[in-house]
Amino acid sequence: MVERRATLGILAHAVMVLGMLIVAFPLYLAFVASTHTAQEIVQAPMPLLPGSHFWDNYVAALTGHGGGAGSNAPVGRMMWVSLVTALVIAFGKIAVSLLSAFALVYFRFPFRGFFFWAIFVTLMLPVEVRILPTYKVVSDLGLLNSYAGLTIPLIASATATFLFRQFFLTVPEELVEAARIDGAGPMRFFWDILLPLSKTSMAALFVIQFIYGWNQYLWPLLATTSEDMYPVVVGIKRMIAGGDSGNEWNIVMATAIMAMLPPAIVVIFMQRWFVKGLVDTEK
Amino acid sequence: MEKRVRFTSAWLPWVLLTPQVIIITVFFFWPAAQAVLQSMQVQDSFGLSTEWAGLENFKTLFGDSAYLESFKTTAIFSVLVAVLGIAISLMLAVFADRVIRGALAYRTMLIVPYAVAPAVAGVLWVFMFSPSIGVVAYGLARFFGFEWNHLLNSTHAMSLVVAAAVWKQISYNFLFFVAGLQSIPKSLIEAAAIDGARPWRRFWTIQFPLLTPTTFFLLVINMVYAFFDTFAIIDATTSGGPGRDTVIMVYKVYQDGVKGGDIGSSAAQSVVLMLIVVALTVLQFRYVEKKVNY
Amino acid sequence: MASITLKDVVKRYGTGPKANQVIHGVNAEIADGEFVVIVGPSGCGKSTLLRMVAGLEEISGGTISIGGRVVNDTEPSERDIAMVFQNYALYPHMSVFDNMAYGLKIAKVPLAEIQQRVDKAAKILELGQYLQRKPRELSGGQRQRVAMGRAIVRQPQVFLFDEPLSNLDAKLRAQTRLEIQKLHAELGVTSLFVTHDQVEAMTLAQRMIVMNGGRMEQIGTPEEVYHRPATTFVAGFIGSPPMNLIKGVSEGARFIVDGQALPLPGAAPRAGELILGLRPEHASLSAAGNPGWQLKVEMLEMLGAERLVYCSAGHVLFTVRVEATLVPPKVGDIVSLQAAPDQLHWFDPATTQRIA
Repeated sequence: MVERRATLGILAHAVMVLGMLIVAFPLYLAFVASTHTAQEIVQAPMPLLPGSHFWDNYVAALTGHGGGAGSNAPVGRMMWVSLVTALVIAFGKIAVSLLSAFALVYFRFPFRGFFFWAIFVTLMLPVEVRILPTYKVVSDLGLLNSYAGLTIPLIASATATFLFRQFFLTVPEELVEAARIDGAGPMRFFWDILLPLSKTSMAALFVIQFIYGWNQYLWPLLATTSEDMYPVVVGIKRMIAGGDSGNEWNIVMATAIMAMLPPAIVVIFMQRWFVKGLVDTEK
Repeated sequence: MEKRVRFTSAWLPWVLLTPQVIIITVFFFWPAAQAVLQSMQVQDSFGLSTEWAGLENFKTLFGDSAYLESFKTTAIFSVLVAVLGIAISLMLAVFADRVIRGALAYRTMLIVPYAVAPAVAGVLWVFMFSPSIGVVAYGLARFFGFEWNHLLNSTHAMSLVVAAAVWKQISYNFLFFVAGLQSIPKSLIEAAAIDGARPWRRFWTIQFPLLTPTTFFLLVINMVYAFFDTFAIIDATTSGGPGRDTVIMVYKVYQDGVKGGDIGSSAAQSVVLMLIVVALTVLQFRYVEKKVNY
Repeated sequence: MASITLKDVVKRYGTGPKANQVIHGVNAEIADGEFVVIVGPSGCGKSTLLRMVAGLEEISGGTISIGGRVVNDTEPSERDIAMVFQNYALYPHMSVFDNMAYGLKIAKVPLAEIQQRVDKAAKILELGQYLQRKPRELSGGQRQRVAMGRAIVRQPQVFLFDEPLSNLDAKLRAQTRLEIQKLHAELGVTSLFVTHDQVEAMTLAQRMIVMNGGRMEQIGTPEEVYHRPATTFVAGFIGSPPMNLIKGVSEGARFIVDGQALPLPGAAPRAGELILGLRPEHASLSAAGNPGWQLKVEMLEMLGAERLVYCSAGHVLFTVRVEATLVPPKVGDIVSLQAAPDQLHWFDPATTQRIA
């Protein structure tokens, strides 16, 4: 690399470390808070080093035995709801979009253009702009407070379809021709050839959609009214409803840490595909 | 579209499309149409009768100072989030580009906020800045004599939500800028170095101009993010307060519709938001997707 | 004085026992105004060497001096050099004019003079009508000329060329080669030119450095390198078709190759195992029985103005170039190969160094 100035190298590291600290600080603080008792936290300033109540707090959070003035729903249950929701959304989206993209790219049929634009238009309709009517539909279908209600409305995403479509367009045509000569029908081609090639895209999309599904807030807020169907990100907000001193902040922070873990694990371990897929999706 | 090898089948493509089509019809288009319809109706307080109101709701809306305020709040909020988010991430990306040792560790750490739910991010930040027990609030008072109270002071409140929103977006912007920087051929930087340009100058005359497509793209993405994805942050930190000072438009839709029961107004607001998203998306596709390829 | 001196230059990647040394002690003196070509196969370290002279790579050992000044720790921007890159490295968002003016603007050269220098370079390179265009609107050859223009306007002490012709098609390459020669004749700036193409090396160089595996195998004029290659590598690399390099054992006035004894005009410089070098163009064929080496014709290749005859002694293959107008032998024929006595090269098989 150009520039052997030591000062610039040091500055670069300094900036990066600073950036990392700023990013990590809230997380570190949350972790520390999750290891103390509520009293220790409420007496400002709270200690900056981890305490000794790690297990107490986490178990209390998981089983819903915190004593806070806000919600005390068992976090264990909420984590489960979040997990199921996120996985269903991630896998569901991938499956639905693969099929649609396959249809759009590899077939010629009437109104194909129309369907393409119809799917495209949904990009412009995030759930936030249609919350009440969508709520009504889900309610009418009797899907409130159910996994189906939490997931199905979020499964048909245009971004996933377009990602796959873009990827399929880069697959060499010779493969299709070779498959046809070999006697493979469309679904065989899809299953035996296209899918294996799409592994990276699927991995990237899995990460993005898992996080999307896990972090959903507004929709679950509307679509569920009973505590045992709350995803953890909704539950955590309800926990701090008790006001600063009424909340059991240690439990809240333990919940926060747990709420962050699965997506963080997914992102960190699938980092390589995720980064590639993220940048490629939008471009 | 381009000439492509295709399969012929009369029924298969329809079958393949069915799942997506059904879902978007039931859960996207139908509700969207309902929203448009409702925006032009007025319901009485019991929800028993509806009357056609044409553009009345919209007129009321734009005459409502609370609504116009939320417009302003949203505008300020989204500009701050976009500009700060982009500036900070760009700086981090530029320095990350120069670092070889530990690059993976830095990147891993910087990606984590992406995984944090906006709601959780909100909870974390409100915890840090809580006027009574927050560590940062305490630090500000103790070391700078600065009394932080976002429950009473709207500037503090806005700063808090902007900070939380920017913190969360750093990862996304960072990754795109890193990719953008890496797509600039190294030989261009070397040529500039040989031409006599120092690092600062190289950044402004070569790297930054070549990053324009990325920057523009992120500007639009960040605006959309600030408009919609930040709902959870607002709800978790200020609930729109103090008063109505951090009520962004999407939050108002929720407040008026779900909490307030005013279907017509909420629907009208939804329609306005829809139009804004359409405008932003069109902007993105017209100007950004037509990327200038060097 | 814009001479370049390379003294014991070494390049290592990594540190400690696992370090990978890629350049092993290169020594060379390049005089002011000389056009020196560094040539060698891919991976031989020639680009690395050039980049060390440019300051784009750190120097692990030894010194590099430009104009008498040691530049090991000097930034590229302060070495008063200009470089033409393989992929041109033109700033895509700037016009041709701005591309060429960039370095001068940074050096705070007054606008009037910038205008003058750019116009002059544009005239030499016939770029006058393209000054306001962006690089993406130009062809490969035009872009290459802009890259050269950018180097020229800086009026540096040294020009560095990093395989600038590799991305051009054959015809353009030949044309640009001539332009570079013309340019050097006109401007006379010390130049270091890197290429993997030995034809480019032979035609452009006043002197060339032949590199292989991070070592400088030979430095000399094209004639020297062609007529007196210092190692078997240089012998086989320069000249097309490549020199015949035959392993065998010399005994008195004979050279035993794969069991067959080939008569020599005089004694070999040494008895024992040797490598004999003979260029295909320095051998001639006549009918079997004539004095010379009796070889069997294995294959013929017709190239147009000339023919290549591949003939064997046992399992060892010789390549001979003959005029196409002569009647060719037939495959299977025995022919007699005569080598001009002063065109035999002898190399030590162990060190690959030239003996005679």
